[in-house]
Amino acid sequence: MVNNTIATNAIWKILETVKDPEVPVLSVVDLGVIRAVELEEQQVRVTITPTYTGCPAMDMISMHIKMALNAAGYQTTIQTILSPAWTTDWMTENGKQQLKAYGIAPPIGKSFDQTYLDNLIVPCPQCNSTHTVLVSQFGSTACKALYKCEECKEPFDYFKCH
Amino acid sequence: MATMKNEIDFLLHLADNALIIGHRNSEWCGHGPILEQDIAITNIALDYIGQARNFYQHAAQLINQHPTDITINQTGNNMVLPATEDSLAYLRDVREFKNLLITEIPNGDWAYTTLRLYLLSEFELQLFTQLLQHTDAQVAAIAEKSIKEVSYHVKWSQDWVLRLGDGTEESKQRMQVAIEAIWAYTGELFIQPDYATAACLNYAAIQAAWNKKVSAVFEEAGLNIPSKTFVQKGGPDGMHTEHLGYILAEMQYLQRAYPNSEW
Ligand SMILES: [Zn+2]
Repeated sequence: MVNNTIATNAIWKILETVKDPEVPVLSVVDLGVIRAVELEEQQVRVTITPTYTGCPAMDMISMHIKMALNAAGYQTTIQTILSPAWTTDWMTENGKQQLKAYGIAPPIGKSFDQTYLDNLIVPCPQCNSTHTVLVSQFGSTACKALYKCEECKEPFDYFKCH
Repeated sequence: MATMKNEIDFLLHLADNALIIGHRNSEWCGHGPILEQDIAITNIALDYIGQARNFYQHAAQLINQHPTDITINQTGNNMVLPATEDSLAYLRDVREFKNLLITEIPNGDWAYTTLRLYLLSEFELQLFTQLLQHTDAQVAAIAEKSIKEVSYHVKWSQDWVLRLGDGTEESKQRMQVAIEAIWAYTGELFIQPDYATAACLNYAAIQAAWNKKVSAVFEEAGLNIPSKTFVQKGGPDGMHTEHLGYILAEMQYLQRAYPNSEW
């Protein structure tokens, strides 16, 4: 049992090296898509949940998880579940810091209190100015909105609350 | 097992709605009025294709578990089992498609496209909220996931209805023309298909909520709801406009010409 816990922790460590292909500073653990890790002998079952239903990165994330664990000697199966639905609340604090450092404004507030749909003030990840305007609800990917900073004049992506 | 057949048909109805409106929106790729909006509508298209995949995958699973309950015609022949998300999307013929007519009519101009999306996504928001109570946990899970995306679609398309309706003389006129053209396809949203037998569904409540929200937005935008009430219907029963055949010809051509090809 103790050994199993140690081994499971080792698997989580490996998962921390698997990055979101769209946001390469963010690990799949920080992104919050790993719902469970079960280990039996050298068989691992990883349960993941998609960020967005149409997210083309999800197939790649599954493949990268499999490759990383196979390389470490584990037989891996990936199970995808939809419920409970992923929310940006599951992104770790560390993940949010990483996003900001990468130039993407992290999600603000709790998911689905609906206030995120209106009049949200998103600080610029470059200069921290709150003098920013929404350009489009949909940015470079469906999970991001496009903003512009009126202070430093830079456009930036905002990882939308979901 | 009539209920199982009903559930499968209802899932195909939801999947077909998402696939066809997703395809229509994707036609804007590279043609949007400005880059940001081009990206927005193609991302919305992607959300819909994702929803379609979820509904098709679940339908395929149920079909394969209950193969004697359902026959799906594939251009005159019964579909080869096991069904997959791809076979359901690419190998069913036009009469097998159960999407609402509003999803298949052509895009028209930007006013037409954004108005259609607005009217449809307000409907979907109500429908999916009811589906959260569905006894099949997977249906409820797909609905839960989809609601988050549909909320953004409502917000985005509603902004365009307001912006064009309350904009210049020409933008207002174009939006009003779009309303006159699309309105006849909205009545079908609230006709409960025979196979929509899940206990959580209440189409009268969907219609009441939809009317309230749409009227408020139209009023704010200074747009008029047409007084004539003719209703185009038949899509959920496989009776389509001439336009769906063209969409399927384009979408299914490759799989039919080169069966089982992958990319
Ligand atoms: Zn700035």
